Order: sequence, then structure tokens, then C-alpha cells
Amino acid sequence: MKLLLVGLLLSGSVFADEIWVSNEKSDTVSVIDIDTLEVTREYDVGERPRGITFSRDYRYLYICASDSDAVQVMDANTGEILHDLPSGEDPEQFALHPDDRLLYIANEDDAVTTVVDTETRQVVTQINVGVEPEGMAVSPDGKVAITTSETTNMVHWIDTATQKIFANSLVDSRPRHAEYSKDGSKLWTSSEIGGSVTVFDTSDQSEIAKIEFEIQGVHPDKVQPVGVELNEDDSRAFVALGPANHIAVVDTSDYSVLEYILVGKRVWHMAFSPDWSKLFSTNGVSGDVTAIDLSNNEPIKSIKVGRFPWGAAARPTP
Amino acid sequence: MKSIFAAVLLSILVSSTVVRADGRVVDVLYVQIERPSVATLSNLDPEPESLGTAGAMLAVADNNTTGQFLNYEFALQVESFEAGDILGAKAALAAYSGDYVLLDMSAQEQISLLEEADRTLFFNVRAYEDELRAEQCQKNLFHTIPSYGMRADALMQYALKKRWEDLVLVTGSKAEDKLFAEAVRRSAKKLGLDINQDLPWVFDADMRRHAGAEVPLFTQKLGDYDVMVIADENNDFARYVRYNTWLPRPVVGADGLRSLGWARSVEQWGAAQLQSRFSELAGRTMHEVDYAVWVALRSIDEALVRTKFADVDAVKAYLLDGIEVAGFKGRPLSFRQWNGQLRQPIALAHNSALVAMAPLEGFLHARNELDSLGIDEPQARCVLFGENK
Repeated sequence: MKLLLVGLLLSGSVFADEIWVSNEKSDTVSVIDIDTLEVTREYDVGERPRGITFSRDYRYLYICASDSDAVQVMDANTGEILHDLPSGEDPEQFALHPDDRLLYIANEDDAVTTVVDTETRQVVTQINVGVEPEGMAVSPDGKVAITTSETTNMVHWIDTATQKIFANSLVDSRPRHAEYSKDGSKLWTSSEIGGSVTVFDTSDQSEIAKIEFEIQGVHPDKVQPVGVELNEDDSRAFVALGPANHIAVVDTSDYSVLEYILVGKRVWHMAFSPDWSKLFSTNGVSGDVTAIDLSNNEPIKSIKVGRFPWGAAARPTP
Repeated sequence: MKSIFAAVLLSILVSSTVVRADGRVVDVLYVQIERPSVATLSNLDPEPESLGTAGAMLAVADNNTTGQFLNYEFALQVESFEAGDILGAKAALAAYSGDYVLLDMSAQEQISLLEEADRTLFFNVRAYEDELRAEQCQKNLFHTIPSYGMRADALMQYALKKRWEDLVLVTGSKAEDKLFAEAVRRSAKKLGLDINQDLPWVFDADMRRHAGAEVPLFTQKLGDYDVMVIADENNDFARYVRYNTWLPRPVVGADGLRSLGWARSVEQWGAAQLQSRFSELAGRTMHEVDYAVWVALRSIDEALVRTKFADVDAVKAYLLDGIEVAGFKGRPLSFRQWNGQLRQPIALAHNSALVAMAPLEGFLHARNELDSLGIDEPQARCVLFGENK
């Protein structure tokens, strides 16, 4: 019994909840221990890693290695790259279908969305979208995939049954990220150059709200929304504002901005801790990750990672 | 040269016939009058034959990708004329019935061409002349290429930031060199920098062989200074000055650090994607004129889509009020209402890296920091641009 307890404690300290971060300019992935807020490991990956996401069981990490023109599959337990998936050119960002099998990948240089089967490692199809596709999402029920194209300024709605676009919505300039509410009723998209976030009703693709941001002392041109994340009960949206170096906290009941949290320079994306108590932001220019305590929305630590951290994903204790 | 343009035109026309016939077609005319050839000492950096037109091809491809979803299509007609053939250009313009014309020619040629301009919107993609944005501004003539003044202000902002306050200015003999030098003088005065020596470049020796002998002597006479600004728009001699000065001082302006509307080293703000799309299409890096062409066509597209293909007056109004062009320079781009100049950051770059993007931090402006670059509204005295109908 004693022995067993010791064993459990040990494994607990070895496998804490973690935040994994892709470092675009060091070609690595850094792993942050959420309890100690320290970097515990850094793994070499392909060139210019950006989007990262875990398989549903957190056993595999998928990595968009943009300049290697590959999506890499890493064994999350060992950090070993197992194999590459055919991804199309310059994969930037992707979303995993709830079936845990199909990856919807934005190929930024090619104006296509590539659908890859992670089991057979085959391309299922490629869908023509606008110029510079980036933001990717799949609805919680798996029926709709989203691609935003940055230069075409559109949100493309893809029917996953037919893998065809069934609607296109124009949004403000340079849409970069798409995020579903947990019940799938709303879609949030950010427009970097337009400086806004648009919320859609997914039942008819109509626009429900457009959110704009204003930070004292920051020129409006520098308020450039990229990452959007919704908290556990969808009551708050967190919007990373790029070179404005702040994250906006939005009340989702009336779409008002409640406050701005100061983080590092050039904030891109975010991930929640698995218990939803903390938020981690990747700050590209300052090369660090800001940990934020969500009980009071205060930054508690900035954690140095590799060069130009970009994507972030949480991995709970197995 | 001609055959290349014919090929460009052909490929675009062919692609246009493939697209569904019921869609809307936006006809754009691109008129190019070639530059008179300039003799330079070095032949290392020839001007690409597809300068400008390659930017147009990329923009049309970008726009037509959006067009697939909204059922419209840009059709580009490129008309290229030999140096001095203003009559040819006039004839091409007379034969064109659309709303949007890109002008890749000198300032004088633009003025001459626009004598009888009508409701058509024109976009200057080549001429830097400040006068063309001021007293000689033209009705409905927008500018997506920056002015000499914008480029000089960017450079002088950087000099001030680096506390290079004691400047030497060396100016080449060509008209364009003198215009850029004049802009540098104005800018230095505006920012309180001293041009303590202002000299013409007088050598006619072949600097490929004699730079090591001539330049140290020439620069020894200057005494001490902080930085040498060279106005040599074709980089004819400036390239031989660097590393040959008597004192180890930076050389900027024409070689070394340059201020440009676009440079291959602009990679942030998503620009790497634009650069790679361009080089895939053109087989070379993107130059400033290519960018000016690209951003003009993207602006027209953006204004048309946002106004739901309204008439040309509404498009002009939207270009001047409301547009936020995503131009891969880190800020939304827009047009100055008083003279149609594209507000844009200016790259301060050398051959292998971007050094800074102006406006630099701390150079404020009551309206928009980007207006700290170039002629401001009170100085512009531009009357014709805003005149309508």
C-alpha cells in the first residue's frame, strides 16, 4: 500500500498538467508544467511549427510544420516524431474533427483546405477556398468545418458530409481564427487588420455581433485580434490582440469588453489549463508565454520559451 | 519585351473566358511607358522585365480567388509602350471604357495623359514626385507608390532615432537624384537634423576599378560626420562608396540602408506568404513597383466588394473613407483624402534584412502616425484631386 502511494505520487509529479507551445522560429515545441510554471522539455520538430493540437486521448500531438510542408505526428509521451501526414503545402493551422480521425488543414500558400485521414494517412480531399486560408474549426457535432481566408476576407462554411462549401460570409480584413461555442450555436471569428471579432449564428450564418476593442494608450491600428478562446461555460471570450500586447475579456451575454489583460509582445494564441483555472498566451515577439490566473484575470508569470512562440495546446495528467 | 506582355495579356484573357459567363467583370487597364534606359556602372541589378506587371498578375489572381465565391472577375489589359510613346498611351486610354487605370510611367507622362481625364480612377504605381501629390496633383489620381517625401521622412526618422545628427548628403547628377536629395533636405529640416555638407557626386571614373582610390580621398575631405546620405536613385555609384569611406561611417539612402515601399526582407505581418506567392509566380523577388501595383488592385477589389459593386463615385468615396487594406505591413492601409496617397509604413531595409519600419515609435501625428511620412494636408495645396464630375 505504502509503495503504491509513493508510486502514485511520483507519477503525479512527473505527469502534471501541461501546456505545449510551438516555437515558430526555433523549430521546437516547449512543454510547460502548469504546477511549477517551468519549461520541462523542448522537442525538435519540423520547420516553422505553428498550429498544434492533441488527439482526443492526448497520446499524439499533431504539428503544422509549415515550412516542411508536413503535419507531423509526435508521440506525446516520448516526444518522438512518429511520422508525417500528407498535408498539402504550407500547413498553418488545423482542426481535428470530433471523430478524432479527420484533420482539416489550412494550406496557406495554396488557397486550399486539405482533409487528411490520420489513420490511413491519406488525403481525403482538397477544397478550394480563398487566398491564405488560416482559421480552422469544426463544429462540435462534426457537421460543419470552417476555414477563414485572410486575403479574401471570408469565412467559408464547409459541409463535412460532402466536403463542399455551402456558404461564404464576408468579414472584416484578415480573418485569422475561428472558434465554436461548446453547444455549436455560435461561431467566433477574429479579423486582424479590421480590428474586430464577429460572432455568427451558426443556424443561418447570420451575424449576431461585431466586437471592437479600444485600449487606452494603444493606437487603434495596433489592436489586431488573432486568437479567440471561450472559457468552460462559454460565459467569457478571451481575445488575443496581437501587437496591442493585451488580451480582451468579453462578456458573451452582451458582447461587451470587460477588461484588458497586459501580456507579452505580439500575443498570438491561447490555451486553458485542463481545469480551466489558468490561461496561457503565446507572445511571439517577446518569446515567452504569459500565465494568467482566471480567478482575478491577473498575469502571474511570464515563462521564457523558444523563438517566436505561436500555437498552444493543453495536455491533462494522463 | 513586347512578347512577354502579349503573353501576360493572353494568359489572363484565357483564364477569364473559363469563368462562368454570368458573373460580373471588372475591366482594369494597366498602361506602361517604359523608362528611358539609364546607364549605370554596374550591371549586377538589372531591372526585371516583368516589373509591375508581375504584381498585377498576382493581384488579379488573388482578387479572382475571392471572385470565385462572389461571382465576379477582374480582367486585366496590359498596354506597354516604348519610352516616350505618350501618344500610344493616349490612344490606349481613349480606347478603354472601364473605370480603373494603373499608370506605370513618369510623373510628366501621367500629367500629360490625364489632361482630359474623366470619371475614371487612376493609380500612380511608379512616380515618386511630391509635386504630383501637391500643386500638380490630378483629378482622381491615387498613388500607391510612396513619394520621395515619405521615403526621405522614413530615413530621417531613423537617423534621428539613432542620433545621427550630423549628416553629409551626396547627390548624383540625374534629375531623380536631385528630387530625392531635395526631399532629404526638407525632411532633415523638419526633424531638426543638420546637413553640414551637401555635395554633388562629380566623378566620371569607372568606380568598379577606382573606388578604392577615389572614395577615401573624397570622403577624407569631409572631416567628421555621423552618417552619409547618398541620393542616387539608380544605385549607380553609391554601391562603391560603402566600405570605402575614410572614416568608418554608415552610408544610407541608395545602397546599404534604403527606404522603400516594399523590400524582399519584409517578412513579418504575414508578408512571407505574399513574398512566396509572388516569387512562385514571377520567379524573382517582389519590388516596390510590384507591390504598388498589387496593393492598388487589392484596394480596388476591397472597395468593390465592400460597396457591393457600387458605381465609381461610391468606390472613390469608400477608398477615401472607410477602407482598411490588409497590406502585410502591420497596419491597416488607407488613402489620404486630400491627395489620394496610400498611407503606408515605409521599409528601412538593406539587402539582407529589414532594419525598421517607419513611422518609428514616438513620431506622432494628430490624425494617424502614418501621416508623419510625406506631405501633410496643410502643405499639400492639392486642389484637383478631390474635384468630382
